[in-house]
Amino acid sequence: MPGAIYAEGLVKTFGHVRALDGVDLDVPEGTVLGLLGPNGAGKTTAVRVLTTLLQPDSGKAFVAGIDVLKHPDEVRRSIGLSGQFAAVDEYLTGRENLQMVGRLYQMNAKRAKARAGELLDRFNLADAADRPAKTYSGGMRRRLDLAAALVVSPPVMFMDEPTTGLDPRNRQALWEVIQELVAGGTTLLLTTQYLEEADHLAHDICVVDHGKVIARGTSDQLKAQTGGERVEVVVHEPEMIPPARDVLARYGLAGIGHGEVSVEDHTRKLTVPVAGGAKLLAEVIRDLDTVGVEIDDIGLRRPTLDDVFISLTGHAAELADEENGGPGADARRKSRKEAAK
Amino acid sequence: MTAATDAVAPPKARGGIAQSVSDSLVVAKRNLIRMTRIPEMVIFGLIQPIMFVVLFSYVFGGSMNIGGSTSPGVYREFLMAGIFAQTVTFATAGAGAGIADDMHKGLIDRFRSLPMARGAVLTGRTLADLVQTALTVVVLAIVALLVGWRIHEGVPKALGAFALLLLLGYAFSWIGALIGLSVRTPEAATSGGLIWLFPVTFISNAFVDSSQMTPWLRHIAEWNPFSATVQACRVLFGNPGVSPSDAWPMQHPVWASIIWSVLIIAVFRTLAVRKYRSATA
Repeated sequence: MPGAIYAEGLVKTFGHVRALDGVDLDVPEGTVLGLLGPNGAGKTTAVRVLTTLLQPDSGKAFVAGIDVLKHPDEVRRSIGLSGQFAAVDEYLTGRENLQMVGRLYQMNAKRAKARAGELLDRFNLADAADRPAKTYSGGMRRRLDLAAALVVSPPVMFMDEPTTGLDPRNRQALWEVIQELVAGGTTLLLTTQYLEEADHLAHDICVVDHGKVIARGTSDQLKAQTGGERVEVVVHEPEMIPPARDVLARYGLAGIGHGEVSVEDHTRKLTVPVAGGAKLLAEVIRDLDTVGVEIDDIGLRRPTLDDVFISLTGHAAELADEENGGPGADARRKSRKEAAK
Repeated sequence: MTAATDAVAPPKARGGIAQSVSDSLVVAKRNLIRMTRIPEMVIFGLIQPIMFVVLFSYVFGGSMNIGGSTSPGVYREFLMAGIFAQTVTFATAGAGAGIADDMHKGLIDRFRSLPMARGAVLTGRTLADLVQTALTVVVLAIVALLVGWRIHEGVPKALGAFALLLLLGYAFSWIGALIGLSVRTPEAATSGGLIWLFPVTFISNAFVDSSQMTPWLRHIAEWNPFSATVQACRVLFGNPGVSPSDAWPMQHPVWASIIWSVLIIAVFRTLAVRKYRSATA
């Protein structure tokens, strides 16, 4: 039985650009799928197709068990949409916005009014309820937007980059709301450029690039795929790099391709993939001390999703704006890919 | 709040005409609330036609020959039907800019993800514009009375003329809706929504007697949907300068006005709703 969100072979082209190039998704009920990728990867296009806003060129999509292409109206009754492109009316007050959305979900006026009141309380907007949304801060606006998506407690939610542009405190607050929702049984598809966000919120992650899912799995699985832990050492003097390298090479995992010690001369940082955890770290420190290497910093680093991202796509997530950035972008990406090896 | 009290299932869709009407009214209400929050837009909408009345009647007034008379008073009475008609067609630009702005801000996406009637966002917008247009026409009529315009055929016929004007304005706002959905920015919708109105309103009988134009231009003017409404208003108001042309729309201006407006609505509503359904910001 397919999940609450299911897609098979979605293709959508805009001119020469294949925004979606055969995307398959399957999100079990009550779980969160993080769609992770740079700008232009196809995340938003995928959300637009699944929320009935865009017709795919080919492929199948089901949301809450309903065929998105055949019964878009029924799908709309079962979904909530929030994020970078589903907005609120800035000239209407928070209350008027929510009432309007309630009415358009076919609630009667009384019910829409009551529901708006509940949501304003829940999202901490009661004090600002009767002010035009124009006067709201970024965080308040996002909360109102999310409230608008929740007017009917839809079983399936889509959030397109819900925290883009929010300050850390507001991001944290929004994360809590999202976690509450999921605890209540909502199925959620979340797109994000922030690896930390996917790591924090999503059960499963799909990494998307150039319209294709290039990796999927839990955060831990993806990290394991990239390689295990590594030891990072910052030595005190540049002359200490060669002896330190000799010591670390003894601990380096051979045969993984990145088994060798990598060195950043200007930061005096050496990195080596290892297996053995904290115990091994103690041994490394002892050995370095024996050969007289003075260290400024040493640590056992587990791979972050950033590492995953770089190794999968050959470019870091935050550099994604270069995606369409002129002739140099490809070359830069290539060199970065090589550097990551 | 617990999950249990939070469970709000969407009510059954009512479907059909009842839902279309109700959804359209919800959207119309939203647009009317917006107008009260941006009063300067309504005020500019009022100033423009008033300016036209004053400029045309005092600048052109003395040099126009209407039905053999060059009296400024006669021209002022002749002019008003044209200004009324031109004013209602400016609703086009409002509808276009409003819809383009909604697209730009992502509101159209919000609406399109809701289980609402298909044409309701556009119908709501055009209805709200109709309310604003009606308000503008009332103010304009008062100004017109002040500068000497009169109705000579009784109130019922005058009300009929106003109904034709509003129908024309409503029809043109669907053209605006289509423009708004077709351009990339609200700014483009404003200028794109206005620019074509100048030839449409000037190659007509609105400001000059079209029977004095060169033949090819005269034919365009007489078959211009806009001219039919202007002619119908002159007839129904009993104002001077009714074109004696043999062209069918000039002979049967009331019918021509209704037919043109209904035709415009039928064509442009269909196109606009289709465009809306595939709209992408």
